[in-house]
Amino acid sequence: MHQLQPSFEGAASEPVRRLGRAIVVTSGKGGVGKTTTTANLGTALAQRGVSVALVDADVGLRNLDIVLGLENRIKHHLLDVLEERVTLDEALVPDKHSDRLVLLAAAQAREKDEVDTEKMRALIASLRERYEYVLIDCPAGIELGFRNAVAGADEAIVVCTPEVSAVRDVDRVVGLLGNRFRPQLVINRLRPQLVKKGKMLSVDDVNAILRLPLLGVIADEPEIIVTTNKGEPLALRKDAPTGAAYHAIAARIAGDDVPPPMPATKESFLERLGSMFGGKK
Amino acid sequence: MIDFLKRLFGQTGSSATAKERLRLVLMTDHLELAPDMIDAMKRDLVDVISRYVEVDRDRIEVNFEQQDRALAMLANIPILSVNRPPVNRAGNGNGNGNGHGRAAEPAQAAAVAAAPNVSSPGAQAATDSIVTRRRRRRKKNQSIPAGAKPATAH
Ligand SMILES: Nc1ncnc2c1ncn2[C@@H]1O[C@H](COP(=O)(O)OP(=O)(O)OP(=O)(O)O)[C@@H](O)[C@H]1O
Ligand SMILES: [Mg+2]
Repeated sequence: MHQLQPSFEGAASEPVRRLGRAIVVTSGKGGVGKTTTTANLGTALAQRGVSVALVDADVGLRNLDIVLGLENRIKHHLLDVLEERVTLDEALVPDKHSDRLVLLAAAQAREKDEVDTEKMRALIASLRERYEYVLIDCPAGIELGFRNAVAGADEAIVVCTPEVSAVRDVDRVVGLLGNRFRPQLVINRLRPQLVKKGKMLSVDDVNAILRLPLLGVIADEPEIIVTTNKGEPLALRKDAPTGAAYHAIAARIAGDDVPPPMPATKESFLERLGSMFGGKK
Repeated sequence: MIDFLKRLFGQTGSSATAKERLRLVLMTDHLELAPDMIDAMKRDLVDVISRYVEVDRDRIEVNFEQQDRALAMLANIPILSVNRPPVNRAGNGNGNGNGHGRAAEPAQAAAVAAAPNVSSPGAQAATDSIVTRRRRRRKKNQSIPAGAKPATAH
């Protein structure tokens, strides 16, 4: 599964192995959709034909296995690998839907501070040698669990909901991350109808403050609850609008020149009338 | 027309409140994260005020306080002496070169600076305080409000 790339230095030198990208998915605030985003983007990326390892760094509160429907296949976890009880290969669990996607589950019965930051960094480094993408599902908070999840990553996706507290926490996390991770933004759980009525912060409101490159916007989607119940990420369904949105974000991560997905608003009668007469938006 | 309808139906929602709260809370957060900036601001503030009066540099307090729709900076600057020999600091904005007989003028400067809050700061007592207070609305991309503006004497 290695990506080999010919060296440009000259014919005589060794081929250079291109390292995969290690992207941490973080937010500061809990419950905004980090795990859901990680599972869906991992699924969407794998469907594009690249190899992806998902790492659940939320030690003590493991969730990613549930969202992916893999909970019954987990035999070993992150700490088993870090503490060298099993090899990485023994701990990686292949996804049900794609053999390009694997999961390294978190330990459930352990504490976040049992993770050794340097070992975590080394683990992510070895995953990057073998997978084109390593997505790390970060725990909430900005303490040791966050620092461990971030160690070894070289990029960040920050997930934010259109709420005061979530934006504030993302602002803090982005400050902690600094420039090295080039954080990009996913706005999750937007309700376009509420935005239109002036009852929810809009994408522009949020990003006027955060001013981050926008990967895309995911709607507040009842289907996500259903798919989480079933353990089948919505990104498996490209035909569903939100499934397609995850694919668009995955495409943007991969560097495709597609616009950030936005949840559609149904236009009201008055607005239709307005645009019919050439009214400004 | 559409704008009118938008105004009629749109801007009454709670998102405007959310935006406002967010703006303020982040301003406070950023201040907490910027102690260096506050120290630098204190230094500059003292430098400016020291052109007129001698202040107690070790006892200066600068605080920030949220006042419903704005963040206010409160500076408490104890004055040691107003009978100070003229200082010819570089960049003296008032620069009228004439340093003599200015004992009364600096006191006046203090009074203006203190205007909104302090009852009688103009006195000659050795440790009067100048309290400067200035509100400033945050413009969109500006993370940190500028320091209190010391009053000029005229
Ligand atoms: N776009 C969405 N629409 C509707 N529900 C969502 C959406 N995204 C996430 N959820 C739901 O919100 C809840 C929290 O999501 P998730 O577990 O992904 O958040 P998290 O940030 O990983 O939380 P934690 O900080 O606890 O790890 C879940 O029940 C999930 O199904
Ligand atoms: Mg989670």
